[in-house]
Amino acid sequence: MESLKKVSGKPELLLSTQHSLCPGCGEPLALRTILELVTELELRDRTICVCGIGCYTAFPGIIDVDVLQALHGRAPSVATGAKRVLPDRFVFTLQGDGDMVSEGLQEIVHSAARGEKFTAVLLNNGVFGETGGHMTTTSVLGQRTKTTMATGRVAEQHGWPIRIADVIAQLDGSVYVARGGMHTPAAIAWTKRILREAFQVQLAGTGFSFVEILTMCPTDWYVDATETPDWIERNFTPTYPLRILKSP
Amino acid sequence: MPRQPATVTIDVETCKGCELCVPVCPPRVLVMSEERNGMGYRYPVLLEGCTGCELCAKICPDFCFEVYRGAAVA
Amino acid sequence: MTRVLMEGSHAVAEAAIQAGCRFYAGYPITPSTEILEYMSYRMPQVGGVCMNAESEIEAINMVWGAAGCGVRAMIASTGQGISLMQEALAEMANAELPCVVVNMKRGQGDYFQATRGGGHGDYRHLVLAPHTVQEAVDLVQLGFHLADRWRNPVDVLGDFVLSHTSEAVAFRPLDERDLPPKTWAATGARGRPAHNVTPLGAPEKLRLNPGSHFAAIAAKLPRIAAAEKRCETGFLDDAEVAVVAFGSPARFVKYAVHVCRERGMRVGWIRPITLWPFPDETVAAAAAGLRAVAVFEQNAGQMIDDVRLAVLGRVPIVEIGGISHDHSGFGVGPALEPEHIIARITDVYRGQAAA
Repeated sequence: MESLKKVSGKPELLLSTQHSLCPGCGEPLALRTILELVTELELRDRTICVCGIGCYTAFPGIIDVDVLQALHGRAPSVATGAKRVLPDRFVFTLQGDGDMVSEGLQEIVHSAARGEKFTAVLLNNGVFGETGGHMTTTSVLGQRTKTTMATGRVAEQHGWPIRIADVIAQLDGSVYVARGGMHTPAAIAWTKRILREAFQVQLAGTGFSFVEILTMCPTDWYVDATETPDWIERNFTPTYPLRILKSP
Repeated sequence: MPRQPATVTIDVETCKGCELCVPVCPPRVLVMSEERNGMGYRYPVLLEGCTGCELCAKICPDFCFEVYRGAAVA
Repeated sequence: MTRVLMEGSHAVAEAAIQAGCRFYAGYPITPSTEILEYMSYRMPQVGGVCMNAESEIEAINMVWGAAGCGVRAMIASTGQGISLMQEALAEMANAELPCVVVNMKRGQGDYFQATRGGGHGDYRHLVLAPHTVQEAVDLVQLGFHLADRWRNPVDVLGDFVLSHTSEAVAFRPLDERDLPPKTWAATGARGRPAHNVTPLGAPEKLRLNPGSHFAAIAAKLPRIAAAEKRCETGFLDDAEVAVVAFGSPARFVKYAVHVCRERGMRVGWIRPITLWPFPDETVAAAAAGLRAVAVFEQNAGQMIDDVRLAVLGRVPIVEIGGISHDHSGFGVGPALEPEHIIARITDVYRGQAAA
């Protein structure tokens, strides 16, 4: 067996595997996919990641790309400033659903409408994970969260979720909008494809690109990690199907 | 014995016992240990028959797997 | 030296351009709107960026992005808009981001907002208060310099009178050769380890240490205070009463003091130029020889607290200002009539005003 060659390991741009995210969390899988693409497209030296506030705020400390840490919801505005002053850099946001679709709805909609030339990445697990699992704008009807424990999300009382990718796709300023997930190897492969296409839209300079990634959260879905792929298929993908919503 | 020799190494001290790798392995050669690591989690143990497909490495949120493959044999 | 006749807001904007500001974001709000208008046509001329943002919160966070990339960036608003921006304004101090924040105030009720910080946590902005358009031009340029030197936001406080007064101004560049390059900025990590420009402090061994980070930021404040106090005084040699005032109203006070002196009263004036750090030593030293200190400000009493802290009870302190507005609430109120100010100073001089 001496002739075995290493074909896969941690991404080159990951400085440490010791993040403190939960067992079975889908967010590090999204990070892996993004970092692999940054390496494959040789973007490290000109990448600026604009990070939101959520569980994934653990990532800036362990990745070998420049980071601007933004306030909750504000990453698209920070990315706008960065990309407008340094238009030849590769700028992407990394935001959860609480950050982007609850607190930061205005920011992402206006950035897309303006056609800002960065890539927005949404990690959607339907909860505010970092604060303990409360309802967000993307929590689906029936979803039990810390603020909908007794009944699950009920439209009469809690309203309906916003399919932000669909909203963004309606805006003239958005060029590429797609949705993927991290819950199966097939979904991961699909997501790597759509992220690559989104990044290439930015590299071509044609406009605003957006990728939503459904990520597993066993802790705040109250299931074991191995049940999360099924949870996503039953509860999430009916509202958030994996597909390309808009492309050039 | 698979036609292409392969194996994985597992950083068992980083594993958080989520078990996502177990059902994702096509030849089903990952089983959870009886022992627990320093954080108190069970971790995957590799049986014979790894094909080097890399699915465990892709699905692990803690980047525990390194995958090795050799040249195919007839 | 060439001088150009310019309206206050336009002069402030041009001063920023001359200081190398290449990113501006703003939202229309009286009396700062003309800065946004000017920047919208002037910035493209110098290869910079002007964003007419959809909200104040978006505008300040765009400034955050540009500043984080090492570009000189500015925003302007009035008190209400500055209120909206407070989370970002507080956290930019924690992220050690330089920028200039212009508050074209409506009256002077934003003194506490500027000097105590209207946001959360232990931070301060440097606060500069010009009283003429020329001084505003000079202090905007100084503001960018101090923001870069201390890696902290700097506020420049104007008002409706200043923003809409036209003066002949000269743009005199500062010698900035002692400023270090912005090696901390996020620009793409070519040839170096990655930078994490963050208000949270850099993680040590993957754990944040907010206490030590916030303490390190706060430790800058006494160093800034020791180096950056600025104040102007007049007629204190023989004064028995001095009037403390800042901003455009200080211009009116200077004139009122001049008239009082013509009428035989020994009065002087003290004009803080930095409101944070407040020139407490200058005020304390001046007060030592006085019968009373009068404070003229267009609010319910804000700077007077800093005057009291500087004087520490040695001399009576009398408020002679007050809230005073025009019918639009923009601060061009009846208190700015010279005869009104002269009468209030006279009351204090003659011992007829309560401390």
